[in-house]
Amino acid sequence: MSATLRVRVWRGAAQGGFQAFEVPRHASQTVLDVVTYIQRSLDPTLAYRFACRVGMCGSCAMTVNGAPRWTCRTHVDNVARNDALEIAPLRNLPVIRDLVTDMREFFDKWARAKGQFQGKLTRKDEFSVVSPASPKRKQADAGIECIGCAVCYSACDVVKWNPDYLGPAALNRAWTLVNDERDTAREGRLQAVAGDAGCHSCHTHMSCTERCPKHLSPTAAIAGLKRETFFAFSK
Amino acid sequence: MNAKVQTVLWVMQRASATVLGLCVLVHLATLIYAVQGGLSAAEILGRTRGNVAWFAFYSIFVFAVTLHVPIGLRAVLSEWLGWRGPSRELVLLLFGVFLAYGGMRAVMAVFL
Repeated sequence: MSATLRVRVWRGAAQGGFQAFEVPRHASQTVLDVVTYIQRSLDPTLAYRFACRVGMCGSCAMTVNGAPRWTCRTHVDNVARNDALEIAPLRNLPVIRDLVTDMREFFDKWARAKGQFQGKLTRKDEFSVVSPASPKRKQADAGIECIGCAVCYSACDVVKWNPDYLGPAALNRAWTLVNDERDTAREGRLQAVAGDAGCHSCHTHMSCTERCPKHLSPTAAIAGLKRETFFAFSK
Repeated sequence: MNAKVQTVLWVMQRASATVLGLCVLVHLATLIYAVQGGLSAAEILGRTRGNVAWFAFYSIFVFAVTLHVPIGLRAVLSEWLGWRGPSRELVLLLFGVFLAYGGMRAVMAVFL
């Protein structure tokens, strides 16, 4: 391990370029530590986004040496090549400035995929009892831990080719609700995820599954939606 | 695009791919088997002319191609060229007709 790290950081918005910095290297240093050092000690005008620093909030994702990652949970030792790092904003999202992307479209697509739970019970009813062992509950469990960091969305080539494509995270969310036996909006949700921009556009490249920091499989969720839409619409 | 239409296209694409996979295997296996001892064009025609089984097999092959290729091309055109809408569907329909015509013309040429 050399004493310094050569870091190239994206500056600007859609138009811009990489700026080079030299950062002191430490043991157990994360990529977020590197970005924070640059902003606090070398160039206070650098814009980036973070909150929890421990992999819970999903706000610090960036493109590190070409791959989308949570910077807070990525150790420099694991990703630096020849003591160098290239840090860019997430792909497939408009860049506001430097490393900060506009995530509105990403979350709007969750709404378009009908990612809101709709139940039929009121506070006067008894609680629903969902067996943890039921197959549907297990399917929902498999995808429920998504924290909306957009790493999968940034890794997805189909989003790049078809900007309307709902993307892995929104479809994964829809799949958890399709498997929620309390939910009452199933039919409309399957309609919403089956359009030209929906699950059938997925090429099963599995980049989302490869990159998901929570080790979820949006690819499996999308495959599930393809099956469910087929059964729903062939009735 | 209507959700139901999209789902039907996806199923047709998958089903035709399955048929194509089997057809290609049968086609290649027959080809490799048949040419072992050397085979002339006249001998091939002698076996295919009037043979209803081969006619049916290659007709199914052509039908699967006619379904599979335009649906796949549809995604390629939208993702690579950003081409969507009725003009794309019309061109794909015409391309499908062309594939069916060309394929069946070849099948008829060895059957009749």
